[in-house]
Amino acid sequence: MNLFHELETHASHTALITERSERIGYGDLLGAADELGRKIAPRRLVFVLGRNNFESIAGYLGFARADAAQTLINYTIHDALLAKLLERYRPEFIYLPKARAASVKGAQIGALGDYVLLKTRHDREDALPKGLALLLTTSGSTGSPKLVRLSHENIASNAVAIGQSLGITGASRPMTTMPMSYSYGLSIINSHLAVGAAIVLSEATLMEKRFWDTMRTHGVTTLGGVPFIYEMLKKLRFERMELPHLEYITQAGGKLNPVLTAEFAAICARKGLRFYVMYGQTEATARISCLPWEHVQTKAGSIGVAIPGGELWLEDESGSRIDAPGTSGELIYKGRNVSLGYAESRRDLNAGDENKGLLRTGDLATRDAEGFFHIVGRKKRFLKVYGNRISLDEMEQLLRGAGFDCACAGDDDHLKIYTAGTADAARIRAYVCEHTGVSSSGLAIVSVDAIPRNESGKVLYAELDAGKA
Amino acid sequence: MTNKEKYDKAFIETFSLKASDLNDTLAYNENPAWDSIGHMSMVAALEDAFGIALETDDIINFSSYKKGFELLAKYGVAL
Repeated sequence: MNLFHELETHASHTALITERSERIGYGDLLGAADELGRKIAPRRLVFVLGRNNFESIAGYLGFARADAAQTLINYTIHDALLAKLLERYRPEFIYLPKARAASVKGAQIGALGDYVLLKTRHDREDALPKGLALLLTTSGSTGSPKLVRLSHENIASNAVAIGQSLGITGASRPMTTMPMSYSYGLSIINSHLAVGAAIVLSEATLMEKRFWDTMRTHGVTTLGGVPFIYEMLKKLRFERMELPHLEYITQAGGKLNPVLTAEFAAICARKGLRFYVMYGQTEATARISCLPWEHVQTKAGSIGVAIPGGELWLEDESGSRIDAPGTSGELIYKGRNVSLGYAESRRDLNAGDENKGLLRTGDLATRDAEGFFHIVGRKKRFLKVYGNRISLDEMEQLLRGAGFDCACAGDDDHLKIYTAGTADAARIRAYVCEHTGVSSSGLAIVSVDAIPRNESGKVLYAELDAGKA
Repeated sequence: MTNKEKYDKAFIETFSLKASDLNDTLAYNENPAWDSIGHMSMVAALEDAFGIALETDDIINFSSYKKGFELLAKYGVAL
């Protein structure tokens, strides 16, 4: 089941509205896509440095329709991290902005607008398994080369289920607010392409005037956002904005604080907007659950129920199912959108379906008497910074590898790096921003006299704040 | 502290800058720390420093260090 082979049925509809207000129909989009697709070979790997523009979407569709597998990465990826990924995964093709083509090795075999398609020197790899469609980065941005392996079935089933949860139709009109290489951002694109809707492409942020001008000009009906986008909407006094075409907004990519959830629930009720809180992971393509908008005021803080076709339940530490309401356990999800598994190298791409539709989320949750789930904590040490999952242990290893004695802790959107001795805070900050893509604003460097450790050398995280220098 | 000193302090602390970085070329998206998230923190720091609340239009028009001088004047903050 390849979602992208079925888009011809929308040929007469508008698919994309670009930053320059050009309208591109599905027919023209697929024409451009297939022209790129014809230049590559099926079951080969393409690296796509994507951004929210026509060229990127056309490439993404063309490679998917040509049955190649693709790794989608943000076009801003740092050269060193890109080089590391290229070395590990040895893609046969790279599709990227012309301006960056000089930084990678390859011969140009195609072009679209300001994007070029390169053929690399890797031409002796085994053909990839049938059905492998997409590789997305997971623990965000810790600079880890680990990718999530997704199939065409994963993508199609999630796009359809999201559409059913939100009531997406051909008349829906989203505008991009997140990178297309980020699973939540991509799922907005996929779920709207699936029904033949038009997507407004924007690279402006909410803090720019042109974002709001574009939204009004093109009659945008829906926006999605991770928690910090909601913080921005609050700062911008969303409750006072006049957005006559807006019908509903979605929130996913991390837990929105309950006060803000309740506030937005009330604002949306007043404005006649539907507000959907969702939960997801890249390991399940994108989205796993949805709180139907009718319940957002009474169930503020809940992630809702499984999306259509999926199933959610809780398990205790021995792996037994928990049925009693209010008892916390690990959240387990089963559905056709659960990824095939991870990869850390080209060879891993040939592994089959290791998850078999079952995902242990690593999140701790409870279920209430009405069957709604509530996230209450996490099994492992990670946090989310602006929607990207950061493993605190991986971050520590990265920094120690670079010669900084550090311990990492903090909360969502507030990563704290504790450093001992004379290490220069500005150097650590620069290193993290350059090598991991974590935004400087989400980061605090805290100087301590020494990193507290127990006898076996384990960091005592609870004592970190006691030792501030 | 003068208004100008408070204004500069908000930029220096939010974006981890040096006093010498504060000039007419300092603008949204031109400095890596001044992204949309940094923008929000900077606006919050200025609102705290001067006890004001910026209007939506002023937040989204606040495109540079220099532009802020004219925007804050609307709130009675002379720089």
